[in-house]
Amino acid sequence: MGLPASFVVPRGLHPGAWWLWALGLATAASRTRNPVLLLIIAAVAGCVVAARRTEAPWARAYATFLKLGLVVIAIRVVLQSLFGLPLPGHVVLTLPAVDLPSWAAGVRIGGPVTREEITAAAYDGLRLATLLCCLGAANALANPFRLLRCLPGALYEAGVAVVVAMSFAPQAVTAVSRVRAARRLRGRPDRGIRALRGLAMPVLEGALERSVALAASMDSRGYGRSAGLPARTRRLTAALVLGGLLGVCAGTYGLLDASASGLLGLPLLAAGAALAVAGLTLGGRRVSRTRYRPDPWAGPEWLTVACGLVVATAFVVAGARSPAALAPAVAPLVVPPLPPLAAAGALLAVLPAWLTPSPAAARAAVHTGQSAVREPA
Amino acid sequence: MIDFDRVTVTYDGAATPAIADVTLHVPEGELCLVVGPTGSGKSTLLSAVNGLVPHFTGGRLAGRVTVAGRDTRDHPPRELADIVGLVGQDPAAGFVTDVVTDELAYTMESIGLAPDVMRRRIEDTLDLLGLADLRDRPLATLSGGQKQRVAIGSVLTAHPRVLVLDEPTSALDPPAADEVLAALQRLVHDLGLTVLLAEHRLERVAQYADRIVYVPGGGRPVDVDTPARVMATAAVAPPVVELGRLAGWDPLPLSIRDARRLAGPLRARLAGASPARAARPAGATAAEVRGLVAGYGSTVALRGVDLALRRGEVVALMGRNGAGKSTLLGSLVGLLRPRAGTVTVDGRPPHRQPPRELVRHVGLVPQDPTDLLYADTVAAESALADADAGSPGRTAGLLDRLAPGIDGGTHPRDLSEGQRLALALAIVLASAPPVLLLDEPTRGLDYGAKARLAAVLADLADRGHAVLLATHDVELAAEVADRTVVLADGEVVADGPTRDVVTQSPSFAPQVAKILAPDPWLTVTDVRTALTHA
Repeated sequence: MGLPASFVVPRGLHPGAWWLWALGLATAASRTRNPVLLLIIAAVAGCVVAARRTEAPWARAYATFLKLGLVVIAIRVVLQSLFGLPLPGHVVLTLPAVDLPSWAAGVRIGGPVTREEITAAAYDGLRLATLLCCLGAANALANPFRLLRCLPGALYEAGVAVVVAMSFAPQAVTAVSRVRAARRLRGRPDRGIRALRGLAMPVLEGALERSVALAASMDSRGYGRSAGLPARTRRLTAALVLGGLLGVCAGTYGLLDASASGLLGLPLLAAGAALAVAGLTLGGRRVSRTRYRPDPWAGPEWLTVACGLVVATAFVVAGARSPAALAPAVAPLVVPPLPPLAAAGALLAVLPAWLTPSPAAARAAVHTGQSAVREPA
Repeated sequence: MIDFDRVTVTYDGAATPAIADVTLHVPEGELCLVVGPTGSGKSTLLSAVNGLVPHFTGGRLAGRVTVAGRDTRDHPPRELADIVGLVGQDPAAGFVTDVVTDELAYTMESIGLAPDVMRRRIEDTLDLLGLADLRDRPLATLSGGQKQRVAIGSVLTAHPRVLVLDEPTSALDPPAADEVLAALQRLVHDLGLTVLLAEHRLERVAQYADRIVYVPGGGRPVDVDTPARVMATAAVAPPVVELGRLAGWDPLPLSIRDARRLAGPLRARLAGASPARAARPAGATAAEVRGLVAGYGSTVALRGVDLALRRGEVVALMGRNGAGKSTLLGSLVGLLRPRAGTVTVDGRPPHRQPPRELVRHVGLVPQDPTDLLYADTVAAESALADADAGSPGRTAGLLDRLAPGIDGGTHPRDLSEGQRLALALAIVLASAPPVLLLDEPTRGLDYGAKARLAAVLADLADRGHAVLLATHDVELAAEVADRTVVLADGEVVADGPTRDVVTQSPSFAPQVAKILAPDPWLTVTDVRTALTHA
C-alpha cells in the first residue's frame, strides 16, 4: 500500500499519544451539552477502543467507565428531580413535597418535576458520562507500564515503585486464594468474616517476604547504580526539582485565580517549569541507565494526537461561532441541532481505529495459536 | 574469579556463625557445585558472592570476598551486577516487570547498555533458553519451569562473568531441568562463564560439575575437591554414586554413561536375581475419580481423568509442569468443583463437605507447606491442630517421629524446609485422614530428609492410608511408589506398577534403572537387597 512501516508493523501505540487523543476528545466533550455530539464522541471513543485494545487486564476499563457514566446520568437526574432548582415548563410528575421553614428558602425537596429540568439534568449527566468514557478509552488503550517507562530519568525510582505496587495487586489476589485453600485444608471455614481475619495475616506476611525478596533481586540486578556523582549534586537536584514544582503550583494558582495579577502568574509558572526541568535533567544524568525498545513516536502517534487536537479545535471554534448549537435550549425544549463543523470534527477522531498499527499482542497470539485480537476489517 | 579468604558470616542475634572460616578459590570458567545438608549455610555462601551478604541481609562478615578483583566490602550488590548474576530460590519473587522481554532487559537497562546491544542479547537469550515463543507473555501466566528460565535469562543478558544459582532445578520437571542444565553447560563451555550452583538434586548436576564444595554445616570446615573424591565420602550422594560405592567401582562414576561402562560385571552378578519388593496388599478403594473435567477460569486442566486410589498403596503422580497434577489434587480435596464427572473421597464428594468435616477424610500438604502454618510457634501450631482433630498431643508426637528434635518455641518460618514439611505433614496427619495427598514434597529436601520422608510414607501405607504424591522426583517415586500415574495435558497417559511405567520412559527413569537397563532394577536398595541375598 506504500504506507510507512510505522503504520503497518503491529505494535502498541505510544501511550502518551492515546492520552493526548483522549484529552482532545474530553476537551471537546466539556465544551458542549448537545446530546447528539456527546453521543458521537462516546461512540467514537468506543469504536477506537474496540479496534485497538489488547487482551491486557486494563483493556476492559472502557466498559467499566461506560457503566460508571450511566450511573452518573441516573444519579444526576434523580438528584435534580428531588432537590434541583425548579425550571418552569411542562410538569410530568409531582413528587410529594416537604415544606421547609422560611429560612431555608431556595432549598426544595420534592414537588413538581418538569420535562425541561429532567432534560437539562440528563444533558449535564451525559456530558460527565462522556468525559468518563474518554478517560476509560485512554485507560483501556494506553499500557500503564509503558507510560511509566516514559518518565524522565530522575523520576525512574518513583516509576519502579509504582510498577512494583501495580504488580502487587494480582499477586495479593493469588495469595488470598492460596491462603483460603490452605484454611480449608486445615479444616477452618474458608468464607465469612471470621475467615477474613485469618486471611489477612498470612497474606500480609507473604507480601512482606515478597517485598524483601524483590528488593534483594533488584539490588543484585543493578537497581540504583550511581554514576559516581557527588552528594552535593544530588542535593542540588532535589532542591531544583522541589523549588520548580512549588513555582509551578504557585504560577498555576496565579493564572487560574482571576483576582490575582496575571503578571504574577505567568512568569512564576515559567520560572517554576524551567527550574523543574533543570532539576530533572541534572537528576537524569545521575542515573546511568538506558531503555530497551523505547516506544517510538512516529507517524501514527502524530496522526492520533492531531485527531484529538482537531476535535478540540472544531468544538472551540464551533462554540465561538454558534454557542446555541453546542448548548441547545431546554426551555422551550427543542430537538438538538447537529452543527456540521463540530460533528465532522468528532467523527474525524475515529481515524486512529484504522490508521494506527494493530496492537503488539497480535504477535503473541500467532505464537500461542489463540486469537487474542480481532483484525479490523 | 571468586575468592573467599577466611570468610566467617554471623547474622545478627545468632549464637553461631552461618558459615565459618571458608577459604575458597573458584578459577574462571569452572562449574562449581555447592552441596550440603539443608540449613548448612549454602545460601549464605552464595549470597556472599555478590555482596547481598552482608550489604543487604545485615550481619557481620569477617575475612574478604573478591569477585573478578572487586572486593565486596567496597562494592554493594548493584555495583557488581555487571559481573555477578544471582538467581534466587524462588524466581517469581524476583521479577520486577510484567512481560518476558522487559524482564530480560531490566538488568541491562540498569547497567546502561546501548539499545541495539540489548536487542541482540535478548534475541540470543531467548534462543539459548528456549523462550522465543514466550517473548510477549505476561510473567504471571508462565509455568514454574518457564519462570525459572526467564529468571536465569534475566541475569544472563548482562553477560556476567559469574553466575550464581540457588537450586535452579528444584521446581522443574525432569525434561525442563535437563533443558536448564544443558543451557548452563553451554554457557560454561562456550562463553567461559564461571558458575556457582547449589543443588539438592545431585543426581541431576553432579556429572556437570568440575569441582564440588561440600558445606557440612555447624561451623565445620568446607571441603573442596573433585566430584569423585567428595562423593566417595560425602553424606549426601546421588544414586549413581551410591551404586558405585556398593559395587566398589573405581574411579567412582558420576554420570550414567560412565556407570554403564563399568556396570557389566554387576549386571552379570545380578543376572539370576529379580528385584524383590514385598507388594503391599491393596485394600478397599479410598478415593475415586471418574471422567473428571476440571480447571481454573477459562483453562481446562483435566480432560476426563479416571483414577482410583486404594488403601495401603502409595501412588506417584508425575508429568511435566502444567500437566494438571495440582488440579487433580485440588479436586480430590474439594478446592475445585468438577465441571464434569465425579470425585468420591472416602465415599463422599469432597467439594460438598464443610472443611471441618473434610479433614477427617482427606489431607493435602500443598506445594508450599508454609501456607498451612499460621501460628507463632511450633507448639502453638501443634496445639491448634490437636484442637481441630480432637486428639491432644497427637501432632507433637507425629512431628517428633517425622523430624525429631524441633524446639517447640521456634517460629515456623524459621524452620528449615524439611522441618517445615514435617510440621505440615504432622498437622495434616493429626486428623488421621485415610487419604493423604502431597504436592511436590521434596522441594528443598536433602537426601537424608528425603529418605526419612520415604520411610514415613511407606509406614503410612502399611497402616492403611492411601497416599498420592505429585512429584518430579523420579528417585523418590522409584523408592516409595507402588504405582505411578503419568499425566500429560490433562489426560492420563500411563497408569501401572512403578517398575513398568518408569522404565518405559527415559525422562522418568531413575538412575539405577538407566544404568542397569534392560534389567528392571529401580533403586540402590533393590540392588543391595539382591546382592546380600545372592
